[in-house]
Amino acid sequence: MKTVFKKPHALTDTPFHYCPGCTHGIIHRLVAEALDELGLEGDAIGVAPVGCAYNNYEYFNCDVQQAAHGRAPAVATGIKRVHPGKIVFTYQGDGDLAAIGTAEIVHAAARGERITTVFVNNAIYGMTSGQMAPTTLLGQVTSTSPTGRKPELHGYPINICEMLATLDAPVYIERVASNSVKNINSAKRAIKKAFEIQRAGLGYTIVEVLSTCPTNWGMSPIESMKWLEENMIKRYPLGVFRDRTAEAKASAAAGAGVGAGNGAGAEAGAAGGASAAAVAGNGAGAEAARAGQEARNG
Amino acid sequence: MAERLLMKGNEVIAEAAIRAGCRHYFGYPITPQTEIAHYMAKKMPEIGGTFIQAESEVAAINMVYGAAGAGARAMTSSSSPGISLKQEGLSYMACAELPAVIVNIMRCGPGLGGIMAAQADYFQAVKGGGHGDYHLVVLAPNSVQELYELTVEAFNIADRYRVVAMILGDGMLGQMMEAVQFKDSEDIRKCDKGWATTGTGLERPHNVITSIDTVPERLEAVNNRLQARYRDIAANETRVEAINCEGADIIITAFGTVSRIIKNVIADAEKEGVRVGLIRPITLWPFPSQAIRDYSAGAKAVLSVELNAGQMVEDVMIALAGAKPVYFLGRTGGMAPTQLEIVGKIKDILGRAS
Repeated sequence: MKTVFKKPHALTDTPFHYCPGCTHGIIHRLVAEALDELGLEGDAIGVAPVGCAYNNYEYFNCDVQQAAHGRAPAVATGIKRVHPGKIVFTYQGDGDLAAIGTAEIVHAAARGERITTVFVNNAIYGMTSGQMAPTTLLGQVTSTSPTGRKPELHGYPINICEMLATLDAPVYIERVASNSVKNINSAKRAIKKAFEIQRAGLGYTIVEVLSTCPTNWGMSPIESMKWLEENMIKRYPLGVFRDRTAEAKASAAAGAGVGAGNGAGAEAGAAGGASAAAVAGNGAGAEAARAGQEARNG
Repeated sequence: MAERLLMKGNEVIAEAAIRAGCRHYFGYPITPQTEIAHYMAKKMPEIGGTFIQAESEVAAINMVYGAAGAGARAMTSSSSPGISLKQEGLSYMACAELPAVIVNIMRCGPGLGGIMAAQADYFQAVKGGGHGDYHLVVLAPNSVQELYELTVEAFNIADRYRVVAMILGDGMLGQMMEAVQFKDSEDIRKCDKGWATTGTGLERPHNVITSIDTVPERLEAVNNRLQARYRDIAANETRVEAINCEGADIIITAFGTVSRIIKNVIADAEKEGVRVGLIRPITLWPFPSQAIRDYSAGAKAVLSVELNAGQMVEDVMIALAGAKPVYFLGRTGGMAPTQLEIVGKIKDILGRAS
């Protein structure tokens, strides 16, 4: 008998609790497949958020710490400084990361912590039943913006990737989406790349994944996918906002005096304290950020 | 030969933590504890440790959460307003059963208050501080030497019981320079941390550090486990110093800096023919209730002297359960009672002309 499809080893056998049509399940699977394919499950330590994915440790087979609301990047910082050779990732939603946890995400990124953030943006608070999020679109109806998000009342959505791309330290920042086969494949490539960068000890990486919340959006799963495509991507353009992998590799190699191999890179980084990548120039990132800005304005 | 050095209290806390095997310190600047961070910033890189000046006290305590959950001896320090910000993290750590040490070099409040010494965070320290049913182990040194010894011990207690241990000092103690006698080697009692997140290596089931459980039966079991542990701590770790209590007319209860004033009050009162005893709780939680009952058995009254508006006095009253009249003398805002003031209060209580 030929096996054509199986569950990644990095996922447990526990069935997901997520609502029908929610893409957390897809994104969990992508993270797990990336860990499997890179052989990193045994080295991985995840940090779970507060929000719908609060208990993702029921699903990930690797070690996991559950963090207070928004504090995952600080918790991940503590873990990574104890185990610089391990792969530490946070998995956070938009309320967790872009509202209550803005200080922690900005400063973990600014320090160039060698961690990876998987940022799931569905433009709403899911777990507490559909309140306005920092990433809620203008005009979007939620339980706390019942007549639609209005700039004069609620301000504007926050574009996290573009904001973090103004910092010097991050090595890799990309926004992807979970609404089509093409986008899902692209999302997996991005998550894998982020883990590879971390494995090489090069610096901070974040992948924002646009996702859906059919339950709180009040739409069918298919309508939700369309809404994401037609509305969210306009506000949150997909693409790479920073990729300084090559510079960081060169910098790490020069700094360590040896090749930036997996172990060596991580060790050199841990010993050196400040990231070699952190001092790299910010030309490429600024360009990407500008491109993103233009795409958004357009 | 063990070193005897003249050092500042805050620096001794940092040195003691390093001697206890702490290699991960996370903090945020606030007076009057900042020398701890200065010392760590200088020393940690020299010994392969981690010093991070976090973006906030909230971030710092969560870095401690992560490092403690990863199996390391980790510490943070702050002063009153900063400790308030760390309460969320402390509550989470209590439920996730993470061992760590936190230092509160108290200033006076409420609010931003002032930077002078006070003991007004007693309630916050011993009653939990954050939400939920939990306790920190609270150690209250009264000298630079004790800052050293109790900081080392705090790491051992934290590891043994998987709890957070707090060093509760005040600005006077943190800023004071005194001789400290370091040991040649520390009594570091390491515990197996098989529960820590270190990566499974694909060789064991995954470890999970969490403070949430939405199933009531299971969460009650977690609470029962914590409470059983607190009972063990109370049975094994309660510490108290008693001076001059036998035959005393009156017993004074005082902790930390204030207890040093009382040692002089004992001599002053003796000259006036009044025998004063001192009971100094060294652990504020667990509280030495039995010692307070025992040592005050022959006295006419008990007086609690504190740098606050009356906090530990409540635990003294609970301990005595009406067996003795209990009085209170306190100063706030960074003021401290004088020996004369305390002797006057004693004479009032005993019905003698002052």
